[in-house]
Amino acid sequence: MQPARLAADIGGTFTDVVLEHAGRRISAKVLTTPQAPEEGMLEGIVQVLAGAGLAATDVGVLIHGTTLATNALIERAGARTAFVTTSGFRDVLEMGYEKRYEHYDLNLELPAPLVPRALRFPVSERITARGAIDTPLDEAALDRVADALRQANVEAVAVGFLHAYANDAHERRAGEILAARLPGIAITLSSAVCPEIREYERFSTACAILSAGIARESGIAEVLSFDMGGTTAKICFISDGRPEQSRKFEVARVWRNLKGSGLPVRVPVTEMVEIGAGGGSIARLDSLGRIRVGPQSAGAEPGPACYRRGGSEPTVTDADVVLGRIDPQAFANGTLALDRAAAERAVRERIGERLALDAHWAAAGIGEIVEENMASAARVHAIERGKAAERCTMIAFGGAAPLHAVRLAAKLGMQRVLVPVDASVGSAVGFLRAPMAFELARSFALREESFDPAAINRLLEAMQAEAAAIVAAGAPGAVLETRRLVEMRHLGQGHEMAVPLPARALVQDDCAALRAAYQARYEEQFGVRIADVPLEFLTWSVTVATALAEASPPPAPAPAALRDAPPRGRRDVFDPALGKTELLPAYDRTDLAPGARLAGPALVTEPQTTTLLPAGWNLEVTAAGHLLLERR
Amino acid sequence: MMRDMRQQLVRQILWNRLIAVVEEQANVLLKTAFGTITREAGDLSAGVYDTRGRLLAQAVTGTPGHVNTMATAVAHFLERYPAAALKPGDVLVTNDPWLGTGHLFDFVTVTPAFLDERLIGFFASTCHLIDVGGRGFVAEATSVYEEGIYIPHLKLAEAGRLNDTLLAILMGNSREPTQVRGDLLGLLSCNEVASRRLAAMLREFGLEELDTLGEHILATSRGAMLEAARRLPRGTWRAAMRLDGYEAPIDLCAALSVTEDGIHVDYAGSSPASRFGINSPKCYTDAYTSFGVKCIVAPEIPNNAGSLSVMTVSAPENSIVNPLRPRPVTARHVIGQMLPELVFGCFEEPLEGRVPAEGAGSMWVMGFAGGPLVAGASAQATPFNVISIAIGGMGARPGKDGLSSTAFPSGVGAIPVEITEAQSPLLFRRRELAQGSGGEGRYRGGLGAVIEIENTEGEPFSIACATVERRHHPARGRAGGGDGRVARLALASGKILPGKETYVVPAGDRLIAEMPGGGGYGKRR
Repeated sequence: MQPARLAADIGGTFTDVVLEHAGRRISAKVLTTPQAPEEGMLEGIVQVLAGAGLAATDVGVLIHGTTLATNALIERAGARTAFVTTSGFRDVLEMGYEKRYEHYDLNLELPAPLVPRALRFPVSERITARGAIDTPLDEAALDRVADALRQANVEAVAVGFLHAYANDAHERRAGEILAARLPGIAITLSSAVCPEIREYERFSTACAILSAGIARESGIAEVLSFDMGGTTAKICFISDGRPEQSRKFEVARVWRNLKGSGLPVRVPVTEMVEIGAGGGSIARLDSLGRIRVGPQSAGAEPGPACYRRGGSEPTVTDADVVLGRIDPQAFANGTLALDRAAAERAVRERIGERLALDAHWAAAGIGEIVEENMASAARVHAIERGKAAERCTMIAFGGAAPLHAVRLAAKLGMQRVLVPVDASVGSAVGFLRAPMAFELARSFALREESFDPAAINRLLEAMQAEAAAIVAAGAPGAVLETRRLVEMRHLGQGHEMAVPLPARALVQDDCAALRAAYQARYEEQFGVRIADVPLEFLTWSVTVATALAEASPPPAPAPAALRDAPPRGRRDVFDPALGKTELLPAYDRTDLAPGARLAGPALVTEPQTTTLLPAGWNLEVTAAGHLLLERR
Repeated sequence: MMRDMRQQLVRQILWNRLIAVVEEQANVLLKTAFGTITREAGDLSAGVYDTRGRLLAQAVTGTPGHVNTMATAVAHFLERYPAAALKPGDVLVTNDPWLGTGHLFDFVTVTPAFLDERLIGFFASTCHLIDVGGRGFVAEATSVYEEGIYIPHLKLAEAGRLNDTLLAILMGNSREPTQVRGDLLGLLSCNEVASRRLAAMLREFGLEELDTLGEHILATSRGAMLEAARRLPRGTWRAAMRLDGYEAPIDLCAALSVTEDGIHVDYAGSSPASRFGINSPKCYTDAYTSFGVKCIVAPEIPNNAGSLSVMTVSAPENSIVNPLRPRPVTARHVIGQMLPELVFGCFEEPLEGRVPAEGAGSMWVMGFAGGPLVAGASAQATPFNVISIAIGGMGARPGKDGLSSTAFPSGVGAIPVEITEAQSPLLFRRRELAQGSGGEGRYRGGLGAVIEIENTEGEPFSIACATVERRHHPARGRAGGGDGRVARLALASGKILPGKETYVVPAGDRLIAEMPGGGGYGKRR
């Protein structure tokens, strides 16, 4: 018998654990234990193992989310890392962008550097912007640095020299010398992890990768578009079964989750926006009486007011309880009875009274603002990626997503929402389904007049072979897929746009075709066509991935229900569009067999979440058991 | 009752959405700009206005000197181009220092936004163009006529057609024509994208106009700002600051009065205008004065025409903070960006314990040029014209150290060394924090940066020192904290570069710039 596969996703509020074994899937949702995250995870594992009647020894694979790696960065709790850099540039990591990300706040804090000054070692060497050697590497000095590193008991060393993206000879040589002198110590070169211009981002990436131990080899691709949990919401666009990838990522934001307050890390990550909008997000009034939701979260401790664990501030979950969308007795599989009166009190006292709104309207306001925040983030993201949200189908994962998905979809002009089986633990399931992927990027700057198909093909083929070898080693015998992109810009600009390359060797005519593709995309996005400025080709990337796992989950246990199952009950739900409370039918998801149809307004409940089907929307259960919601 | 509650909810959502629209506008400009000072350092701003030209919301991305000057700039356009005469596809432009954002380098564009042929508001954006002819980014000019090409309020596009004549004139007058055109197209793009987004937003909510929401935003913001001002003690407080200046030291004097009606700052007693280009036009003076007041009094209240209306500024004509045309103004930020520090000084007495120490203030915008025209250069020298930004330390806060090499009050940041080197034969030998430059105290002032640069071609290059300050007059500590270290600008061979002129760094020599540190806060224990 095949060993069981386990996946865990430790979020800010809930830890989700999913086990797949012998065609069955069993999931558990437990509160995160922030002080010792492994305790919550173990609790969840014990639950699913008991549910499956298995022992720990039956588990073959355990996959867990990158949350912990990010936490390591937030807490600077990774390996003790040193940084070796060009003499004269010891403080690049600390100086950052040299700007404030918030205009008016005199008390703001900038992120602490990943490596403190005492562990940043300058070495005499210099490469020019054109890749020429200006000052040779002082190898004797490097020997002395190695001694100092040993005395400082560092566990990892990042090497970042200026212009190493143009010529990595000094970084490679430094890496060799340090490796020889410091056996067993992990070494990362900035030119290897991020061969791109702009020293702060490249150096920061080299250090972050080491200190957090982010596995560069496993660019986990989460195939989900709207994931709303207890603390944050993640929105990501998926085309042709592949999530968008990018190499710009900001982690460990120190200040109110504001853009710019974190550390830039240029590694391949799934292109998504993550904002502080989850069930536990706290609603407050600002000094102008505007409702603000998040990014502060009540998390698991003290949690929303309705948890009665000491939280007194109203959260999105409290608003959902007040509105009647969540059944207080059935939350989180009934393991946590919610206090509706406490939720109402928090919403009324902290939000409603100052605005002269009753608890229902105040709760509706919290719901609207959090949905609006997510819609704004999705809209900006769509523009950046050149996507039209209207044409997409939303897939809603995470405990809070099915409650807010249709309303978010409506704000984005979308027509269809899919709530998959096991939606509430979607991220953990995503880990089990994620393809193994490896992306390589190389800077090779060319202008149109110097477009050289032979040289480009050689580069791409070498990258392809390197990436394929790595993926094949991790997934022997798997079918591999390749995607190739080039980043282009107008000569003189500083930001690039990626254009897909054809799946064949390039020829001279491709130069004109790439120009046309770039210009069309540029015009679509920015409304302007710049005809007579030459274009530059900058970074070439190749992603090799295992073909996507079968999209449908293992068959769910056959529901013993009828096509036209009656609702299990009726609940009072406040509808802000109507301005009144309505008695809605509440269906149990296990009663809905494939092919079953419902017309909104209605609720569909399952142990760990509730799907809100508003008026004007229909629901149909697909053959695989997913809920497909469509606008009438 | 129910109607009121729903209306209140919709207004909340719309205001939220409007801020997202201008943030997107700024991001489009960052992505499409050509000039490094815009795309790398973020010297730009973006905002949305009602049909009367009043600022409703601004992007956080950008810099206050632009935001608050643009707040009044749109109204100046409308005096010349009445709103009723504007058509879809029109884009207005100017670089008027007095009616725009303070010097000829900043181009302000204004685009009317329409919903089904009906005017719903305006989008404006600004960025700093690398070169507009004239003497370049130097302070030597003695009138604005020498400082570059002047574009009065004109149409950059009319009914969707670009004004090619204007573009050709501009390109013909710039040392960097491609960048100039690229940046102007970026400004046009970001306004266009935002206009589309605004129209879609109104359609989605079934609205026909923006002004009703605008009234709500302005009234709410003004009310909150007034309330914040009324919580302050009443009275008048004064502060003064002495700076290096150009031909003579400069005194900046301010009297800040809090009354029932708001906050007024008067600059009577400040030095007369300089003969050289370091004068701060009144619009720029206003911008940084109200910025400084807002940081102390109400940092959380949105910045728009409503909150700005609670703060007023007066300054004697032809003083350094209110020079009249044709006074030269290129390096106006060297004075303007000191004003928030001066405002803080006024607040020290009434708000003891809440006001940070002085910081470096204005950042140094260092214009480097090379090529055969530089004195002592050979005919083979590569011509280049690049900008690097050097930043000092911020003042220590009550309870926290000052931030090191972080621009304040400007929202602009540094340009990566690798980007500057890729555009010129210059090579930075050093760019680090100047250890020990922050003022001592219970909380230490921020450290300044130290930079060392040479030309790898073995040719001389020039450095414009227009914005170099605080070499003789340090950022002062507060509440017993020590002063920050003064700045120093010298050649590696030893010569001190004393003034705000343009100097030539001889072949083989290096330029060393040590930025001022921020003042300390509180006595050291």
